[in-house]
Amino acid sequence: MAEPTRRKSEDIPVLDIENLAVAYKVRGGEVEAVQNITLDIKKGESHGIVGESGCGKSTCAWAIINFLGANGYVKRGSIKFQGKNLVGKKGEELRRLRGDQIAMVYQDPMQSLNPSMLLGDQLKEVLTVHQGMSNSQAEKDCIRMLEKVQMPDAANVMRRFPHQISGGQQQRVVIAMALLNNPALLLMDEPTTALDVTVEAAVLDLIADLRKEFNTAIMYITHDLGVVARVSTKVGVMYAGEMVERATVEELFKSPQHPYTQGLMRCVPKLGTDRSSSILYPIPGRVPPPDGRPAGCVFWPRCDYVRKRCREERPKLRSIAGTETWVRCHFSEDIDMGSWEPPEDLVVPGTVPKKEVDETILEVKGLKKYYRVRGNSLKDVFGMGEKQYVKAVEHASFKVPRGKTLGIVGESGCGKSTLVKTIIGLEHATDGEARFLGFDITNSISARDRKLIQELQMVFQNPDSTMNPSYTVGQQIARPLKRFNVMPKEKITDEVLRLLRSMRLGEKYYDRLPRQLSGGEKQRVGIARALASHPDLILCDEPVSALDVSVQAAIINLLLEIQEEFGTTLIFISHDLSVTRFFSEYVCVMYLGQIMELGPAEEIYAPPYHPYTEALLSAVPIPDPTAKQKRVRLQGVVPSAIAPPSGCRLNTRCPRREMLPDPDICLTDPPWREVHPGHHIYCHIPLDELRKIDPVVSIKEVNHAG
Amino acid sequence: MNAEASASNKQKREKREKPSLWKTISIVFDSRVATVGVVMVSFWLVIAGVSLFWTPYDPNSSDFIQNLSPNATNWLGTDHMGRDLLSRLMQGTQVILLKTRLPGGDHSIPGGVAIWGVLGSLILGAILGLNAGYRRGWTDQIIMQVLDALIAFPQIVLYLVVIAALGQGDLVVILAITITGAPGVARLARSLALDIQTRDYIRAAETRAESVWFIMFREILPNARGPLLVDAMLRVGYAIFMIGTLGFLGIGLPPPDPDWGSMVNEARKYIFVNQLAVIWPALSIATLVIGLNLFADGLREELMRYQK
Repeated sequence: MAEPTRRKSEDIPVLDIENLAVAYKVRGGEVEAVQNITLDIKKGESHGIVGESGCGKSTCAWAIINFLGANGYVKRGSIKFQGKNLVGKKGEELRRLRGDQIAMVYQDPMQSLNPSMLLGDQLKEVLTVHQGMSNSQAEKDCIRMLEKVQMPDAANVMRRFPHQISGGQQQRVVIAMALLNNPALLLMDEPTTALDVTVEAAVLDLIADLRKEFNTAIMYITHDLGVVARVSTKVGVMYAGEMVERATVEELFKSPQHPYTQGLMRCVPKLGTDRSSSILYPIPGRVPPPDGRPAGCVFWPRCDYVRKRCREERPKLRSIAGTETWVRCHFSEDIDMGSWEPPEDLVVPGTVPKKEVDETILEVKGLKKYYRVRGNSLKDVFGMGEKQYVKAVEHASFKVPRGKTLGIVGESGCGKSTLVKTIIGLEHATDGEARFLGFDITNSISARDRKLIQELQMVFQNPDSTMNPSYTVGQQIARPLKRFNVMPKEKITDEVLRLLRSMRLGEKYYDRLPRQLSGGEKQRVGIARALASHPDLILCDEPVSALDVSVQAAIINLLLEIQEEFGTTLIFISHDLSVTRFFSEYVCVMYLGQIMELGPAEEIYAPPYHPYTEALLSAVPIPDPTAKQKRVRLQGVVPSAIAPPSGCRLNTRCPRREMLPDPDICLTDPPWREVHPGHHIYCHIPLDELRKIDPVVSIKEVNHAG
Repeated sequence: MNAEASASNKQKREKREKPSLWKTISIVFDSRVATVGVVMVSFWLVIAGVSLFWTPYDPNSSDFIQNLSPNATNWLGTDHMGRDLLSRLMQGTQVILLKTRLPGGDHSIPGGVAIWGVLGSLILGAILGLNAGYRRGWTDQIIMQVLDALIAFPQIVLYLVVIAALGQGDLVVILAITITGAPGVARLARSLALDIQTRDYIRAAETRAESVWFIMFREILPNARGPLLVDAMLRVGYAIFMIGTLGFLGIGLPPPDPDWGSMVNEARKYIFVNQLAVIWPALSIATLVIGLNLFADGLREELMRYQK
């Protein structure tokens, strides 16, 4: 009798959510942010929750720990944690539970750690408060835990403040803190989104290892299909507050059932694909706000397969026969992803190779940008100290042919933004040469001719700050037209309307204010503004990285279209290697101010690699759980740009340094090794050695789009 | 696109403008605090308006017995020279809110001394603050150091210096309010500009090589408008206080027209005979200042909420 009962208690999922609905009280009523969520997580399972922003992913996690704020509450359904219902629990009981049994890791580690407390004290507090442990015992346990999360020099880290360690290390500390009480459930809300790709890869490795070791149930929230493919065993796809599909990670990526999931798969570029071999299909429309959801299926206004029943009847989450997949769609059996045809009104850029023009539009030679920094000593106050410089860009040399795209990739702090700012003239170059259309552009913008300024424009990263909130869309696009006297005054309005149409925005946007636009729409206006003066070269500083994937695809397509139509040359900065590969003909890989590898895109993404490129590629999360990816990880942290390592700046972290007979040679400047004309690698390791390295990624050829 | 279409565009534009203006106004009434403030301020505005055309008696003629307490003829009593207090109190609003007397004549321009003074400090402060916040570096250092020195100087002494140099008059009081108010406005404008100039749309303007003044006044200022206006509202309150203080010291607005501050000053000497002659103008100053403060506070609260 005892035997089966124990077995049963083993089977009880750690977390069992049924029909959860969360509502927020707002002015004039309430809004159901999340509806009909059902999911369960067992021990040792990692359940990914994926979806675009505003789909209720975080609300779901907050509901579990009753962190909904003053105006949020669980309206329906139950949240069972180890068999006990959590809904309605308050005060001390919940507080204990949150501390002992459920832990949460947030997106920004800097905001999870108290900047005025030593890391050690913050960590120890978890144990001394919740377990009543003695201080010295807690100290030992904390150090052990820090070692488990692969923190170098753990004992020392205990005596540091949060700002004294890097972002990746901070997130490790937060994870260590979450694991200290050995929680049964770990909620992770985009824990790697704020981190660089190589750091992200290391943290994801860590999470996977810890799950195996501690047998914790993990709920992992992310917007990134690649990340979810790497960390989870099961995935729930959320759309507009509802869970539309739930399946094991392999099933989900092999045969996504819900049209929304299929749409998501179609709009992210796979690593290694480019625009000549594949097309990104954005999902039309946008996620409806919680108070404006349609009747019937929440996805029908954006669905390609919509039928009468979809508009009238809300589908239930139902299991697909013979699989572990649950889907919220009336017709998922009838939908075959392979036979999907893009809707006729969807315009995608052509894949015809562009005309070859052998004109160099921008040539940069040995460009340098140093920033002066002031020290803190008394000598520095009087200006007598030694002058210190942040060496943001060092000896950058490249050429951009007319009508082509140069992608610049690298992690934060690699100098890619500084490089672009120097080219456009927001900063003046410290040294070196830069010629645009044959004119010198090492000076700052105020010294340039207006005609030259007109030919160089920029698209910015953050959609929320790219537009001045005080002016209408029309006024903002008209400004460069007036400024550069592109056309007579009376024609400006017409030109603005024409630009709006070519951005697929329509004339009704003319009088809108920025706050009435979505992120993607703001970005389109930003592109229209940059395009208004008919520039020859547009610099795009991460134009899509703040956008949701379905919108991202639309913006990428738009940029490609523009390039085709106007023959504009683009410089495209991104930290996303898949997007860069998809978008650009030439790629430049930067690390700590130095260009590491430069060449045609397809050659950068195949051996021979620069060791840094190799590490980057192996860190990219690929939205395909079957893809095989080599595990090359960089050790340590990015050194300070004030005193960078001499020679090759990667030499402190290079994973391939042992390949050289004499590793000390890395302390001298490496040669520019030419693989092909136009493909250069900045490394001491001979090319023949580099050629022997296997490709980082091997993807099984499955082409969903047909 | 032809002319017809752009004309219809214009129509659409005008249509949209109206509800948005009404919305802006209605924000005020969403806040109870602001509503109370608006009622108090409007009360004084109405009084000021009425006093332009009608006061119970001539405010400057001694028609009655001195130091009367309130009665049926003189509702608020009379002062030490036998003038009707209600009439004087009513006309006292004019110099603060409605008109400024120009020197050497009977001419006056619309807008009270407090309003012009605050407007002056707003303009001067915004120019200095935007320059400091946007240009940064040396410009910032110099401007802010000078303003800090100005703040460190006792205000009353500053007034005395200005008045000693220029003599008494409405314009001098305006100048005094402008100079003492500008450093505060400049600090606020600077902090707003420091924040706003980090935004990408400022970079976009720079990549168009817009002039520094265009960026400061067309790109930054419109987005700093809200906080600056709320601050200005508070400053009108302070300015009224200042006029009161100056009047009390006898160096404020020139006689014979009444203003609240000098009314308090004159009545002070007879405070043991007639307390009410001090209390009425003091109460008036207090209600108008409190009204403006409540209005500004409520407005700030609502604006912040709408920004989110």
